[in-house]
Amino acid sequence: MTIQFNDETFRDDYSFHNSDWAIKRFPFPFHEDSYMYSVNMEQHRGGPEGSIYEKRFDVDEHYVAEMRDRAMVLADDPLRCQSLPHMTLAGWDLLELIMVSKSEDYPDLFELHRDGNNWRWINKPLGIDDSFVFLDETTLPYGPMEYITRQAQGDFCVLDQRDDNLWMDAGMVTTQADWSLDFDIGMNFFEWHAPVPLAHEKGIFVRALKFLLNIQQGAPARRLNWTMTVNPLLDTSPENYHKWGIQKTTLTPENIGAKQHLRVELQTFFRLPRSNALVFPIRCYLCSFQDLMTMPKWGRRLHRVVRDLPDELATYKGFIDNRPMMLDYLSQFDDGLPTSPGIWPDAETEPALKSG
Amino acid sequence: MSGAEKIAVKVADIVPLNDLVTRFKFERVDGGLLPTFSGGAHTVVEMQDGDITRLNPYSLMSDPMDQSAYTISVRRDDEGRGGSLFLHRNVKVGDEMTISYPVNLFSLDLRARKHLFLAGGIGITPFLAQIKQLERFNGRWELHYACRTKSLGSYVDELTTKHPNETHIYYDDQKQTIDLKNLLDGQPLGTHVYVCGPKGMIDWVRKTAEAEGWPREAIHYEEFLAPQPGKPFEVKLAVSNKVIQVGEHESLLEAIERAGVDAPYLCRGGACGQCETDVIDYSGQFIHRDHWLEDEEHASGKKIMPCVSRFEGKTLVLDR
Repeated sequence: MTIQFNDETFRDDYSFHNSDWAIKRFPFPFHEDSYMYSVNMEQHRGGPEGSIYEKRFDVDEHYVAEMRDRAMVLADDPLRCQSLPHMTLAGWDLLELIMVSKSEDYPDLFELHRDGNNWRWINKPLGIDDSFVFLDETTLPYGPMEYITRQAQGDFCVLDQRDDNLWMDAGMVTTQADWSLDFDIGMNFFEWHAPVPLAHEKGIFVRALKFLLNIQQGAPARRLNWTMTVNPLLDTSPENYHKWGIQKTTLTPENIGAKQHLRVELQTFFRLPRSNALVFPIRCYLCSFQDLMTMPKWGRRLHRVVRDLPDELATYKGFIDNRPMMLDYLSQFDDGLPTSPGIWPDAETEPALKSG
Repeated sequence: MSGAEKIAVKVADIVPLNDLVTRFKFERVDGGLLPTFSGGAHTVVEMQDGDITRLNPYSLMSDPMDQSAYTISVRRDDEGRGGSLFLHRNVKVGDEMTISYPVNLFSLDLRARKHLFLAGGIGITPFLAQIKQLERFNGRWELHYACRTKSLGSYVDELTTKHPNETHIYYDDQKQTIDLKNLLDGQPLGTHVYVCGPKGMIDWVRKTAEAEGWPREAIHYEEFLAPQPGKPFEVKLAVSNKVIQVGEHESLLEAIERAGVDAPYLCRGGACGQCETDVIDYSGQFIHRDHWLEDEEHASGKKIMPCVSRFEGKTLVLDR
């Protein structure tokens, strides 16, 4: 299909919006009526047609607007993109992975022509047509990681693997859920996860690291993570907390359906062949509560998950103060009926909301 | 399915290098390109040897950027269980085989200012790929390569011709040995050491480097163990509810697979940790041979690495 790209913003007037198509394919992250951490990994090899799982790097109607927002963040704060000197080869690996994947998965939008190391890359949505020499940094306007991640939705952490650990040694991070690449750069897996509550006690990170160290070429993996964001903000960074943190106090019973967004991350993991590094793309999807409520199953389930979430997690995810107002709103969409298992909306088979 | 992704290949070339070592070249059956890889990676080669499926890891020695073919060099082990003998005797040019995607457990540390390679015998193979990778990016490296005799020195001529300043050769039969203490002493800050060879050589390098005050993170080593033959034994697999016999010339992992039970693995040489298995009950002696488990875990009777370790005794029940 040819995608109609939205003209929209993720700041100021917040004209971001999801089409019916985007709502239907939204990655609702709860497969049951409750939530607790788990190493919920599965192989990343396609998925239902049209779903966000289908392609290696999902491109949707927000692509052009997200790339415009990324350029603005980088203009204000170049430290959102960093690569330690030994990570350049991994950057080339990532450039190749994204160019090959996108040109194969979206041939109407992207083209890659290769003659030995002489490459030509055509990105039609962004109007780019560049020729360059693969592995020769002087032939690109930016380093290879920055060049390609200015053209790919989602954040990218490029992790070096050594000493049985992973190290945050490069990344492009402009759409993050309140963490900072500039703070975490050079840290290992346990260091950058130190602030997460409950999961350490459950041994989650030891098991997750073991899994990630063993991700092999040709066998990528994926999982979903989630949090809450008031207003459709991509850049919820600690650097800009003074700008967005205060917006959490602007929720009212009247505007919560439109302003409160469920923020879902599709996290994928690919072994990079030439560098043996691991790339960890974190793709952010936003959906307003009122759009989510158009799917009766999601309405019932979101109410139950938010209601029963441990306080530590509601605090860590930054919505403990707004939880009572959220529950007032969400409870209108929970009639107590059971929900079908799995994350898909099952719009055709789930019963409509019983009124009154 | 366990293990890394598979690739169908055909044997494109077989070149005997000397009395013990033969080189095999693989191309894709479908004529397509093979994945690029990083220097130090290995592939697991599947061999159908009668009733037994053998899966042996071999370091990739070709240029990591060359996607047209992979090459491996195999040293014939006359005492072993037969994987290398099978390759030497039964495999012909044109044969179709299955190999795994590259897996790297012996990666270069790309932060290093200099890479110091120490090879013993067939341990030269991963360095051949790493040298090609470093040459492409003007990396700084130096090789010290010990072989038994001149005639058994695989790739010595190629290395000394192409890289005369970086390559240093030592022949055991001429009583030439690496002066390790002095060699380590003369390295610039930021040097990383890589050693691949027999167990004795790896232990010697690690101990010497530690005594000289080198940081543990700067010493890298790889030794794939070949599973050793041993007395047959019986195992109960609790999850799949099967009782299996492990034969004299097969590993516990191979016996589990032969029973149709899918068990995770990667290197099959006691190094990667993937096949770690919980012991539910036992009465007897473990013969632990892996590099993965800690000494306390070996002593605990709670874990076993079925790719290389065995058991002698009455009862062994595994969580598999």
